[in-house]
Amino acid sequence: MVLDTAHEVPTPEGIDIELRPAGPMARASAWLVDLLLRLGILITIWITAGLLGKFGLALTLLSAFFLEWLIPAWCEVRWNGATPGKKALGLMVVHDDGTPVRWPAALTRNLLRAVDFLPLLYLFGFVAMCLGRDFKRLGDHAAGTLVVFRPALGGSHDVPPAAALAPARALSLAEQRAIVDFAERSTALTADRAAELAEIAEPLVGTARGAAATERLIGIANYLLGRQ
Amino acid sequence: MKQAAFESLHVSEWSAFERLLENDPRAPLRGADFPRLYRRVCQHLALARDRAYGPDLVDRLNALALRGHRVLYGAEGMRRNQLAEFFLRRLPLMVREELPLVLTAALLFFGPFALVALALQRYPDFVAYLLSPHELADLQRMYDPANPHPGMRPADSNVLMFAFYIWNNVKIGFQTFAGGMLLGLGTIFYLVLNGLQIGAAAGYLTQIGYGVPFWSFVAGHSAPELTAIVLSGAAGLRLGAALIAPGRLTRRAALTAAARRAVQLVYGAAALFTIAAFVEAFWSPVGFVPAQIKYAVGASLWSALLAYLALVGGRHAR
Repeated sequence: MVLDTAHEVPTPEGIDIELRPAGPMARASAWLVDLLLRLGILITIWITAGLLGKFGLALTLLSAFFLEWLIPAWCEVRWNGATPGKKALGLMVVHDDGTPVRWPAALTRNLLRAVDFLPLLYLFGFVAMCLGRDFKRLGDHAAGTLVVFRPALGGSHDVPPAAALAPARALSLAEQRAIVDFAERSTALTADRAAELAEIAEPLVGTARGAAATERLIGIANYLLGRQ
Repeated sequence: MKQAAFESLHVSEWSAFERLLENDPRAPLRGADFPRLYRRVCQHLALARDRAYGPDLVDRLNALALRGHRVLYGAEGMRRNQLAEFFLRRLPLMVREELPLVLTAALLFFGPFALVALALQRYPDFVAYLLSPHELADLQRMYDPANPHPGMRPADSNVLMFAFYIWNNVKIGFQTFAGGMLLGLGTIFYLVLNGLQIGAAAGYLTQIGYGVPFWSFVAGHSAPELTAIVLSGAAGLRLGAALIAPGRLTRRAALTAAARRAVQLVYGAAALFTIAAFVEAFWSPVGFVPAQIKYAVGASLWSALLAYLALVGGRHAR
């Protein structure tokens, strides 16, 4: 599928492991969580250390330095590729080949944030992300890293339960995914729009129209998830 | 084979593999059974994709294979003394391998520095273009020969200055490195800018007759600090050079390869900045030591550092 952003890592075992690179929205949210956390810590240190006079100010300056440059890299190396913000958003940093990120790459991508930030608010980083397939900012290009969604272990779907219905023909993996995704989204769509979408899958819904077509697809999604 | 049958046949192996992955990360490969089970999972993933089993099963196997892959191929090397290996071998070797870039960075920094410092002896008024009146007043106060702690304002403390030097100087070093991503222009900008600023301060203070307090203050930490700036610059120029002239690689591959080398120079620069901050905060402002001793200490640090970069680590690179 052309629209799919999956990044495939060929392994020596002769299989492709699929990674799902995270887009600007998820990464900006993770960044925001990290920023608020950093500010919180810094303000706490500033207030408590303020009681210590100049020594406290020294402590605050050192904390500011470490929190900005080194601690994010340390988190990514030690905590399975995730700063607290990335963890909260279910993201992790990996090398391009899917292996856990290590110091050289983690430090490179974190130091080069200074360039991604330019001219303001990560504009360069954003443009770089939009130009490539894997949503890499400049630091990721240099470090050879990817930010991906932590792979789900499967089995957590919000597909509305319905009587399972075997599809009339064998479906490829991508087609199966599309139907399960549709069933998940169907509750958030208006009934008319859901039916409109469901009718497109004519080989599966046959002559059913309107709500009946939606129901058939949801039934098939239940079948695909093994809810016989 | 139907999916349900496939699952019930192999599910015990998958859970066994999952349990292994939860094991103590320090155990070699998490357990003796790891390679065999990992290969099984890979095979099952290939089968599940080929037979178009449900997305849930494929996702689960993909996640298991990825976690296994990360354990197997992401294992950290078992070499000990990496820190010693880095400082006694890799760093000086890297500096010598990148000597053209290191010298270029040095020229970009020391060139403007010397030019301005000398020019100010001849045309003192020129300093007004480089430093603000506020900065000039500050400099005058800090390096007044009557100041018992040269280089410090009366309100500063050593620890505070140490923190400030780390926060400010290392940041400048990191920015100099990062500027390399802008085709090297950011790096050149920071190198020249810092050369001009430091040169202006040096030239101005010498010209108004505060030379001894100033030069004796900076003598001690000048070796680690200026070398650190130059190494950060060389690292940034390496990135820029890879982007401008990637050679037979794609630009992206050249950049990644260059960054892997450049970041080692940045490690070295960060270490030198830290040493410099210590010296600058705790030795340089000591007022009662005669200037001659401070010059001697500075000169020995310069020779020690240059000898280290030029001689330590043997001749062979990778």
